[in-house]
Amino acid sequence: MTLDVARIRKDFPILERTVHDGVPLIYLDSANTSQKPRQVLDAMADFYERHNANIHRATHQLGEEATQAYEGARARLAAFIGAAEPAEVVFAKNISEAINLVAYAMGNATAAGHRGRFALGPGDEIVISEMEHHSNIVPWQLLCQRTGATLRWFGVTADGRLDTSGIDGLITERTKLVALAHQSNVLGTVNPIRALADRVHAAGALLLVDAAQSVPQMPVDVAALGADFLGFTGHKMCGPTGIGVLWGRRELLEEMPPFLGGGEMIETVWMERSTYAPPPHKFEAGTMPIAQAVGLAAAADYLSEVGRDAIAEHEHGLVAHALAALAGLDGLRILGPAEPVDRGAAVSFTVEGVHPHDVSQVLDSRGIAVRAGHHCAWPLHRAMGVQASTRASFYLYNTHEEVDALAAGIAEAQRFFGTGGR
Amino acid sequence: MRLESLYQEIILDHYRHPHHAGLREPFDAEVRHVNPVCGDEVTLRVTLKDSDAGPVVADISYDALGCSISQASASVLSDLVIGRPVSEGMRLHDEFLALMQSQGEGEPDEDVLGDAVAFAGVSRYPARIKCALLAWMAWKDATVQAMGEHEPA
Repeated sequence: MTLDVARIRKDFPILERTVHDGVPLIYLDSANTSQKPRQVLDAMADFYERHNANIHRATHQLGEEATQAYEGARARLAAFIGAAEPAEVVFAKNISEAINLVAYAMGNATAAGHRGRFALGPGDEIVISEMEHHSNIVPWQLLCQRTGATLRWFGVTADGRLDTSGIDGLITERTKLVALAHQSNVLGTVNPIRALADRVHAAGALLLVDAAQSVPQMPVDVAALGADFLGFTGHKMCGPTGIGVLWGRRELLEEMPPFLGGGEMIETVWMERSTYAPPPHKFEAGTMPIAQAVGLAAAADYLSEVGRDAIAEHEHGLVAHALAALAGLDGLRILGPAEPVDRGAAVSFTVEGVHPHDVSQVLDSRGIAVRAGHHCAWPLHRAMGVQASTRASFYLYNTHEEVDALAAGIAEAQRFFGTGGR
Repeated sequence: MRLESLYQEIILDHYRHPHHAGLREPFDAEVRHVNPVCGDEVTLRVTLKDSDAGPVVADISYDALGCSISQASASVLSDLVIGRPVSEGMRLHDEFLALMQSQGEGEPDEDVLGDAVAFAGVSRYPARIKCALLAWMAWKDATVQAMGEHEPA
């Protein structure tokens, strides 16, 4: 199945606009946030124009329609990731909140004196990796500070793969939870989650997968992956901002205490104490981003209709092209795997003598949008021995001509700053 | 967009051949400032000497890791401020800060700001203003600390 990029581009109105007084936009920043197809924008407008009401509590027709739209969105997202049932899908603001939800729930379990797998104390360990986004580092640092548990991590090899050589000493009976990126937002590296899941479970620990970069780009099935929790964010997969998903196995969501307290997450409230709704509502306090959930489900439908295998294949072609084109530039270093194997469509690089900010500024002057900096992965940049990088990331609407424009733009940056290139 | 409106030749010159770069001894205060957006950082040292007109900036030395704008800014800052009374340096700091906050509308006085007028175009690029200000913020911080050391007994 191949992908008709010209037809897909017509679904994204923003791709028709120009920047800087007439330069066509070349959007290579989808790992940061993706653009939105008309189908998603229409679904949200239709919700607001025809069905808007609060959910689960309005005793009128609009309230029922809104509830159906919201819960229907949950069911479609459950199917999208292979969840056993819709109740395993918890809506959150984004993946940062999804990860914090688990971290704070574990903190709450500890503070409440629970026994069992969510309570932590001195001697217990959380394991992450050096290639994580800050949102899969900082919540665990905070949790360890609150509970006295110890944070440990996998390193990264020189070519940007997860260094599993020390796994025997790292994942042990002390490990309570392992939190890893499915796909690195900087390196593009796709980690061997399935194989790691077996090791994690053999040690009696839980596995949380940060799938913010993988769910938009490839078919992801939570059961096949062997995860216990998996989070992703809507705005990187053609959906709106303000909505993300925490998927968790039903028994875990049942056992785990709540994170945010408030309306709709309760069963009964007394002045002294409360009991809580069953999952997923236990974790959805207050009025949720309803139209955004509808938009996210429309995005999932859109990606399914285009074909997630076809998207993955298209991106594989783009990243292979980009790796080859960039390898031909003098003074350019690609961070992460140089071969398009187990590798998603984000390519981060440094250009000798030209700072990433300056590279991205030259690219922007040619209409090419990329990201420059540490991409919320400062420890990873330190591990790779660089201060910052420029990242181009591709999605279903990008073309091979845009990859060539990227390479030409980098060569222009080298010329402009007088650092050679050919 | 014309790249030259942002990257004026003066900026590129300072970037390629920074003045007063490197860390020198002795110094009265040292600070390290970071731009958390991009990870750029500058370590900056200030040396003051006393004079009849109050403390004077005897030296500014620095080690800057960053983009052309931030490196050039550190170079221009040291050119401008070394040898001046602290009070004048602070006035220059305020002038430069105002220029960076001018959203492209500032009309800098070259007699006052010297080479720093070349940064006027940066004020149109919100993402780059921090780059231009990094060394200035570090200098002010270090100078305030050094002044504490220099307070008359």
